[in-house]
Amino acid sequence: MTALGLTLLIPLFGILLLGGIGHWRCAGGVNLVISILTFSTALFMAIDVFQHGPILSAGKLFYIDAFNVYLILLNAFVGMTTAVFSGPYMAHEVEIGRVDDGRMRLYYSMYQGFLFTMLVALSTNNLGVLWVSIEGATLATVLLVSRYRTRESIEAGWKYFIICGVGISQALFGTILVYFAAEKTLSGQEEGLLWTVLQEHAGQMDSGVMALAFVFLLVGYGTKVGLVPLHNWLPDAHSEGPTPMSAILSGLLLNIALYAIVRFKMLVDPALGSHLAGNLMMGFGMLSFSVAGLLLHRQKDVKRMFSYSSIEHMGLMTFAFGIGGPLATFGALLHMIVHSLTKSAIFITVGHAAHVAGSQAISQIRGLIRTQPLVGWGLLIGTCAIAGFPPFGVFTSEFLLFTATIKSYPWLVLPLVVGLTVAFAGLFRNLQPMVYGEPPAGQQPVTANMWPVVVHLGLVLWLGISIPTVLSQWLNQATIMIVGRGVL
Amino acid sequence: MLITALSFPEQLVLTLAALILLSSFLMLAQVRLDSLINVFALQGLLLFAATVLMAFISGKYHLLISAALTLFLKVFFIPGQLRHLVVRLDIHREVEVIGNPSLIMLFAAGLVLFSYYVALPIRALSLLSTRNTIAISLAVVLIGMLIVISRRKAVTQVVGFMSMENGLFFAAVVSTYGMPMVVELGVAFDVLVAAILFGVFFFHIRTEIGSLDTDRLNRLTEVER
Repeated sequence: MTALGLTLLIPLFGILLLGGIGHWRCAGGVNLVISILTFSTALFMAIDVFQHGPILSAGKLFYIDAFNVYLILLNAFVGMTTAVFSGPYMAHEVEIGRVDDGRMRLYYSMYQGFLFTMLVALSTNNLGVLWVSIEGATLATVLLVSRYRTRESIEAGWKYFIICGVGISQALFGTILVYFAAEKTLSGQEEGLLWTVLQEHAGQMDSGVMALAFVFLLVGYGTKVGLVPLHNWLPDAHSEGPTPMSAILSGLLLNIALYAIVRFKMLVDPALGSHLAGNLMMGFGMLSFSVAGLLLHRQKDVKRMFSYSSIEHMGLMTFAFGIGGPLATFGALLHMIVHSLTKSAIFITVGHAAHVAGSQAISQIRGLIRTQPLVGWGLLIGTCAIAGFPPFGVFTSEFLLFTATIKSYPWLVLPLVVGLTVAFAGLFRNLQPMVYGEPPAGQQPVTANMWPVVVHLGLVLWLGISIPTVLSQWLNQATIMIVGRGVL
Repeated sequence: MLITALSFPEQLVLTLAALILLSSFLMLAQVRLDSLINVFALQGLLLFAATVLMAFISGKYHLLISAALTLFLKVFFIPGQLRHLVVRLDIHREVEVIGNPSLIMLFAAGLVLFSYYVALPIRALSLLSTRNTIAISLAVVLIGMLIVISRRKAVTQVVGFMSMENGLFFAAVVSTYGMPMVVELGVAFDVLVAAILFGVFFFHIRTEIGSLDTDRLNRLTEVER
């Protein structure tokens, strides 16, 4: 309980503190210390939940169970490792004169603000607060996306703001409909948005209202997940912002929107008694997966390319949650972890690569492995991991998803295999020259801190070779919550 | 069930709902920025009146707090800030060209029909007044979205966006007598922050491209040029 309070209060304090001192030279270090503290309290809380089961806070505003606790831990962890990278990265940006004091304060303050809103979104029990904090996460990051004040970055920021704002309004309408349906079923009105209460009564809620609500929720939060055809903002926002931001946007924010959809699916399924929600998710997931794979081939900007790869993976996860069996759900939960770890590692590496080459254009980045072997190898191994090569964790989770698909919908394996191959080709045709090509004359290595990348990829490798019992038990508990049966 | 069977305050709520929808149509057709902002403030005022009325019908007086928030945000703060910005950016006299206005109006009318088509078959919406008001609030949300899509000026897009928020707020008030207080406050806070950020963006867009036409923000695309 105390650990939960601290996990939320520390980043909140960080917003205020860094809003004041974000331009100091030590701000990167302060940001890191705050993130480490958040991670330690989150770890403490996770152990508590693992030993004693779900926590419901006083006033029922926060609820921690097996499903969200591992995402909270993942969030705090990636927030921490990205903070390791962000300090020197931003110092370099100040050196080359891209940012001034005010923007540094804004950057660090909003870094913590973003982590804070995401932690609230994950830990809250109130579906309305979930919406408020996901919208809050957009607001916290929108000025960071447009931070370089170039024409492209302003465009990216505006698109992000308008498309996500309009999209997520649909989710609020869906939330109101759920509240409306709950009010008809429950007598106490004040509790009609509490997830714990709704879950108990999910079977009794009006199916018509819940079906309509789910459509709005899927469109709304789906915009935030980056599902095609509502994905336009995503590659822009992820490519134009500062790289540490891209790492946490791609690695964490998308997960949280998907988390919201799955939470609602858990309410809608018993109310409807049909597979409508799952079918919708499978459809949108498959579409996003296929389209994003094709668009990987057209990319000229390295960060844009990896953003499309994020859409592809989010599509795959949405598809897997849509299938809905224990195996598919277990695979999707695992995929959330390995994708976050790998993708944030890749963005960190790409950030260094862009500093080496002085550009984000794929055609400008050449011969990394000769100029700076660590960055080159990081990018190569990271991309292998994200493309789903064994022995990395992404392979394990994708293998589970394939197995589940063969069991339930055998003919859908075909588009999945084609999609993965297309995506693989798209990634590697661009990667090859960036890593192995002839480096331009005079290309110098930069000071790079590759520790976060090594740790992330190490973890992904570990998850690919053997999943620790603690984690598999954990994911199994979450699977039981979501679909009623476990895999173990 | 006939509309005359409803109590007088309920009939009044339905009338206000109709007026709110009408104000959405007015916004859709309005080409002058200053008048557009006035219509938006008017919609906020109607929303405020409907919320106060609902508070007295239902006896749920916490709605009065939401009503006060609406009055402050949607009638005074946001329109005031927008007016201030358009005057400072010297675009308050600008007239926006809408491509094919009659088609857009027809489309909006279609959206109203669609909203009724979606909301009517739901059994839980047995009360005549909720059926109507849910359908109307959905229509207001969708027309707000149409404003965002069909217009090119950044200011108009913001007004459309905020008008969507109005529709959502109206839906919450008439169908469930508002959301729980913590959510109401959170949403109000988000709207407030969004309004401030929009202002910041106007200046950035203006500095970068010299006008507030968002169709000139067209560099980032997958289409080959």
